[in-house]
Amino acid sequence: MSELLGIAVIFGATVLLAIPLGRYLATVYRGDRNWSDFLAPLERLLFRAGGIDAGRGMSWQQHLGALLTINLVWFLFALLVLCTQGSLPLNPDANPSMAPDLAFNTAISFLVNCNLQHYSGESGLSYLSQVVVIMFLQFVSAATGMAACVVVFNALKEGSTDKLGNFYDYFVKSLTRVLLPISLLVALVLVFQGTPMTFAGKQPLITLQGDTTAVSRGPVAAMVAIKELGTNGGGFFGANSAHPLENPTYLTNMVENFALVLIPMAMVFALGFYLRRRRLSYMVFGVMTAGFFLLLAPTVYYEMQGNPAIARMGADMHLGAMEGKEIRLGAAASAYWGITNTIISCGSVNSMHDSHMPISGLSEMLGMMTNAFYGGVGVGLLNFFVFVIIAVFISGLMVGRTPELLGKKIEAREMKIALIVALLHPLMILAGTALAAHLYVGNPTEYAGWLANPGYHGFSEMLYEYTSAAANNGSGFEGLGDNTPFWNISTGVVLLLSRFLPIIGPVAIAGLLARKKYTPESAGTLRVDTATFGLMVFFVIWIIAALAFFPALALGPLAEHFSIY
Amino acid sequence: MKNNLVSAFRLTLALLVLCCGVYPALVWGAAQVAPGQGQGVQVAHKGRVVGFLNVGQKFDRPEYFNSRPSAVDYHADGSGGSNKGPSNPAYLAEVHTRVAAFLEQNPTIRPGQVPVELVTASGSGLDPHLSPAGAYTQVARVARLRGLPVARVRALVAAHVQEPIFVLLGPSKVNVLQLNLALDSLK
Repeated sequence: MSELLGIAVIFGATVLLAIPLGRYLATVYRGDRNWSDFLAPLERLLFRAGGIDAGRGMSWQQHLGALLTINLVWFLFALLVLCTQGSLPLNPDANPSMAPDLAFNTAISFLVNCNLQHYSGESGLSYLSQVVVIMFLQFVSAATGMAACVVVFNALKEGSTDKLGNFYDYFVKSLTRVLLPISLLVALVLVFQGTPMTFAGKQPLITLQGDTTAVSRGPVAAMVAIKELGTNGGGFFGANSAHPLENPTYLTNMVENFALVLIPMAMVFALGFYLRRRRLSYMVFGVMTAGFFLLLAPTVYYEMQGNPAIARMGADMHLGAMEGKEIRLGAAASAYWGITNTIISCGSVNSMHDSHMPISGLSEMLGMMTNAFYGGVGVGLLNFFVFVIIAVFISGLMVGRTPELLGKKIEAREMKIALIVALLHPLMILAGTALAAHLYVGNPTEYAGWLANPGYHGFSEMLYEYTSAAANNGSGFEGLGDNTPFWNISTGVVLLLSRFLPIIGPVAIAGLLARKKYTPESAGTLRVDTATFGLMVFFVIWIIAALAFFPALALGPLAEHFSIY
Repeated sequence: MKNNLVSAFRLTLALLVLCCGVYPALVWGAAQVAPGQGQGVQVAHKGRVVGFLNVGQKFDRPEYFNSRPSAVDYHADGSGGSNKGPSNPAYLAEVHTRVAAFLEQNPTIRPGQVPVELVTASGSGLDPHLSPAGAYTQVARVARLRGLPVARVRALVAAHVQEPIFVLLGPSKVNVLQLNLALDSLK
């Protein structure tokens, strides 16, 4: 009972704080006066350092140019540090430099806010890499997503324009006014609950019963805060937030789980405040929350029930399915974490998803396949926007009117872009899984190291990996032996395409819409802020995102479910 | 493009100073007044450090309260779970062996009462806790092997049960290291 109450409190607190944060975000991006203006000198300093005129309005092409260029700089910088970390300072545990294919995968994966990790932090990274590559990219990739989202907000304003604000302005303010201050608060909670923040290396010791061991540490607290807040998800330690130093208490678990849902949810409310269309926010929030609960309920149920195969052996199952879970967190909070981290492209874990019950694994994959129930910071709303475009078009055809979104006509060009983005996602996941499954079945002995589990579950491990890469999520069925050139390179390519096309697409649509003639709303307009339209969007998401995957899900988690119940 | 590149490069340098210099320095500074000074909270016994409060360690000797199975054997310079799926036959056979071993070591416990956390590996492999039931079911064995009255050992466990936050949020738990330290000091 206290476990269920725990997750109810986390959800309630997140909603209650996301609304004022959404209002704050809207004022920040609009450039209105607010209490955080004392940070303006810092921003001016950053703009001067970059030689940037933050007041210059940019077209959608200029936005994308600035965004992609700075991402390229980060990528090369990250690659350089990872490949040479062994001989750079701040490496007390003498960890080696990364192999090129692993460095390629890691640099991309953090650049694109995915944080798929084919290494373990304890032995795979120096403290320097943890701070200037991993943590740095966690900050800036989150700010990139938020900035791209604001560009789309601008396009939905009334009137027609070419100028959609300034990328650097939105990007830098996302860092200084939102990500850095909130991260600092979260990090403070963590250090006072016992999360390490040190540059000392691992500590050798002899345990009470006399075994020799060593305990890895590092500058953990600062990184874990932005890992959650920026919906990055890449942990300091291999076990991520299941690790008792990364997530030492139930309180830190609540705070971390709260932090990762906060901004994606606040962006939804920010949309309403920014456009002064509050009802639109409520529609979006309603659809997203309905989808969230639909995935959450079965997961909590099956995790709290536990594994029937183990119950039959004579175990007392009142704690639920405890394989891969921590006592201090419990089954309910682990299930809640699992779903929030997959609907939102955060992908940190506080329990091992590979050991979750089959229906939970299925819900987690569905969360990533839809990828628009809250979604990652900024990009979640961009994905949702694509589904809205499609829903507007279909509803328009159904009632025999020109499809219009907030006074702008949706035409063939926008629809083509929206459909390419929407269909790219299943293509990446299904083609990738098909290729891997084909290779594996062709030569099971050569690829025996890939799968930790036989049968249906082994298939789920491969499906999950590509789903996670395509959703830029980063969690994994970690039994997969994924640090091989095949997995590093194939998922790396999926990551790049699945990050930048879903940003480029919606921003391009936004740019095209913004230039169109604005027709004020009338009695003949299709209203998008109604429950009816919300239902329409909901079904478009399920039909496009969920049904495309049904055959694959039937082969993996569904088949496994029926094999043990 | 060229303008963007120069700006991108210079802005990146400035942000490195802010996000990777100033921000971690502030957190590091705060950690100096936090429990354990940001080094992790260490536990000393008879003048030597025997562990970290939050990091589980291996207890498999029968006169101690045993900790959970671990996929990394409690080597805390690594971490991770078993990643075994719920239907994996080899895994289920292993769990079955653990259940049988527990019943043999704790003859007062009947099938159906074996605490699930003692036959399954944790997510981190470093879980420092047991559920209250996980500790209570080991009381009879520990008391017998140490020649202590069962009631005293049971009271010791009861004193180490940590209730949920405000008695309302989250599970109850017992820190195995603290419990075993207290056990060693019982006369």
